[in-house]
Amino acid sequence: MTTQAQSLNTNSSTTGFIAAALIGAAATILAVSVQSVIITIIGGLNANIPVLWSAIIGATIGVAIAARRNDRDTSAMTVLTITIIATLIWLLIDRMSVLTTSSNNIFWRYISAFITLAGASFLTRYGLRDLSLNDVNRSITETLVLRMLRASGYVFFLSIVIFPFYFMVASSFKKRAELLQNPTDLSINFFQNWSDLFIGYREVLFTFDFLRYIGNSTFIAIATVLITLVLSVLGAYAVTRLNFPGREVLSRSILLIYMFPAIVLVIPLYAVFTQLGLRDTLPGLLIVYPATTIPVALYMLRSYFQTLPKDLEEAGMIDGCTRLGVIWRITLPLSVPALASVGLYVFMIAWNEFLFAFMFLDTPAIFTLSRGMVGLNSQEVPRQFLMAGAVIVTLPIMLIFFWFEKYLVGGLTAGGVKG
Amino acid sequence: MFKGTLAAREARLAFFMLAPTFIIVFAIVLFPVVANFWISFKSVGLADLRAPQPIVRERVQETPEVAGDTLSVRYQMRNSSQDVTVSNITLRDTLAPGLTLTTPDERCTITADTLNCNLGEWEGGYRENLDLTFTTTQAYFDAGAPDPATTNVTINGSAPNVLTNLSFTFENFRRVFSSSDFWPTLRVSLWYTLFGTLGSIILGLFAAQLLDAEFWGRGVLRGLFLFPYVAPVIAVAFTWAFLLDPLSGSLNALGQDFGIINEGINFLGQRNLSYSVLGLSFNIPLALSTVILFEAWRYFPFAFLFILARFQAIPQDMYEAADVDGASSFQKFWFITLPQLVGILSTLFLLRFIWTFNKFDDIFLLTGGAAGTKTLTVQVYDQAFALSDLGSGAAVAVVLFVILAIFMVIYFKFAPEGD
Repeated sequence: MTTQAQSLNTNSSTTGFIAAALIGAAATILAVSVQSVIITIIGGLNANIPVLWSAIIGATIGVAIAARRNDRDTSAMTVLTITIIATLIWLLIDRMSVLTTSSNNIFWRYISAFITLAGASFLTRYGLRDLSLNDVNRSITETLVLRMLRASGYVFFLSIVIFPFYFMVASSFKKRAELLQNPTDLSINFFQNWSDLFIGYREVLFTFDFLRYIGNSTFIAIATVLITLVLSVLGAYAVTRLNFPGREVLSRSILLIYMFPAIVLVIPLYAVFTQLGLRDTLPGLLIVYPATTIPVALYMLRSYFQTLPKDLEEAGMIDGCTRLGVIWRITLPLSVPALASVGLYVFMIAWNEFLFAFMFLDTPAIFTLSRGMVGLNSQEVPRQFLMAGAVIVTLPIMLIFFWFEKYLVGGLTAGGVKG
Repeated sequence: MFKGTLAAREARLAFFMLAPTFIIVFAIVLFPVVANFWISFKSVGLADLRAPQPIVRERVQETPEVAGDTLSVRYQMRNSSQDVTVSNITLRDTLAPGLTLTTPDERCTITADTLNCNLGEWEGGYRENLDLTFTTTQAYFDAGAPDPATTNVTINGSAPNVLTNLSFTFENFRRVFSSSDFWPTLRVSLWYTLFGTLGSIILGLFAAQLLDAEFWGRGVLRGLFLFPYVAPVIAVAFTWAFLLDPLSGSLNALGQDFGIINEGINFLGQRNLSYSVLGLSFNIPLALSTVILFEAWRYFPFAFLFILARFQAIPQDMYEAADVDGASSFQKFWFITLPQLVGILSTLFLLRFIWTFNKFDDIFLLTGGAAGTKTLTVQVYDQAFALSDLGSGAAVAVVLFVILAIFMVIYFKFAPEGD
């Protein structure tokens, strides 16, 4: 115990305070960077990242939080008080135009400063929590670094996941001139004439006929799901419950099919389908899509059927059901979650499929959404329309995905082979 | 004996239930792979898929005024193909009543108002004008003097099918291997596959680390992290291409705003970026790195899901024991977590490696194979469809498939015994 620590009446040493200051600085730089980028993108303002000032304020926050520790933690009220004081200091400096956000908007000036510093303070508190600042050894340093990396990790992953999709949505609302003039301004102005705002969507849906493509895509995807489910339920049941020669070989080779590259299949299929007159037709696609999804669906259902007890089925057989009756009355009702997983996974594959739709379809009336998107990617069509199209393609699958996330995660995990 | 018949019945039922799957998989996956080998030894262009056929146009040369005048008709005929012989050509036309043929052609006969001509065999590029003159009688005018061109003339012939004939050539393979493109393409393919795979697994590992804890909002985060994988490739590829645009792209603009880069970088269009640090200059393959990053971004959720599932299966008491021994976080990761992950990481690596190697859509949509990003899969498309040479495209696909087969053998050697 150093004398300083005792005289400050806390349980922290000088090195402890230095560590706290560093953590506070790092946390604040992180929070301010996030704030600057958000102000630039959503606020449409020019913001910079005042690294030095953030570090100074952050270090102060860090020391304050370390000083007000009680039993290795700082109470939330204390952290809030520290935040308010830090915000006032920030605004004092800001008025001296060190941290410029070129706005008179009260939100961006005051509220966002408060939110940012609150984020920084609570992050600092999280960084220091439960750690002894008395004796900062290697293990504690490691934990501190890891916690900061962890926080940066969340920021990093959230930005790479959200930003492209936000950009997609925002630019579907922006005219070419607006984007050229200020490409960093990705704000969406909802206070304008809505028919202007949604012009991209209106054009794409009606002029570019995406309304029809939505119908085609939905039809293709649902039909693919139904065909796949019917065939793969029969196949998976046979593989799990029935004895026949070659069962083991078959079981192991199902997945092999899943690894065949579509690009190797596309030339012969193109040639043969052209000669058979199947190429530019929806039935043509409805032959190809299930062929690519059945193996994986069969594999997933097989894994599931193996977990179902045999006794029930045997009881059903004794009661006079046929095999198909057993599947219909006993196996399927027990497999609803698995069927949902597989169905969603197949739906996703069929909805997103690009290569075959692109190669096979020439007639606009039967385009799927993916195929229709290709037509928007041209010099003559504004990018705004292209992005509106992208949103239209993406939105349904995202909504379904969020709604049924649990099932889809199950499907994805099973679809990718257990390890 | 009774058991034998029962077993036979079961096997029959199994085959019956598996038959649709077999048929569709054979027709759409296995047959095309074989057909692809077949086509790779043939000289087939895109245009050859439309079977060569004789074409005829009927023209009136001389129109009669009164009975006894001459009616002269010309059939302009040609072979639609420039190099394929069409044989067994027959021309058939319905004649109006009251016409007498005055210029007999030994190939043509007239029976009951029907003209039949056996025209034999035409080689590629063959053209002929068949002129027939008739003397008209009153009956012709009584019938209203019909215009001969309004009656339907049909012409049929048979041509060998380019796909099923038995002429083979090594020309395609010779062209593939002697092309200066081939080795760079293969190299790009392997780099793309290797680093795309590693990138997605490393990102997935970090993401799984972040979500391997119980906290509020974890389910939402998990859903968000899956976005890149679930969204349609065409939407996200176009979004990234727009985002990375050197002139109006937001990412370049943001980089300039925050002083990270000096001028817009053409991420997807520039082959190399020279970069010098400490007097050493590096050449970064810029466009290739960008598509690799895209690949890592798009598929990290896949690795993330599997690694997260594995994380949660690691027994907690191992960590508790390590805590007692005073292990640091890094040590715990290195000595406990990583050994537990080896299985899933190697499976993921092999699986993703194979799938990335097969990937076509992503690069095709981002760069179209320009600026040093052409992989074997894009080369297949370029040869077969952009250059309309199906044979050469199939030859590249064969090379791709052989390499892939090697990877698959490795996979099934190392993959854990699946059940």
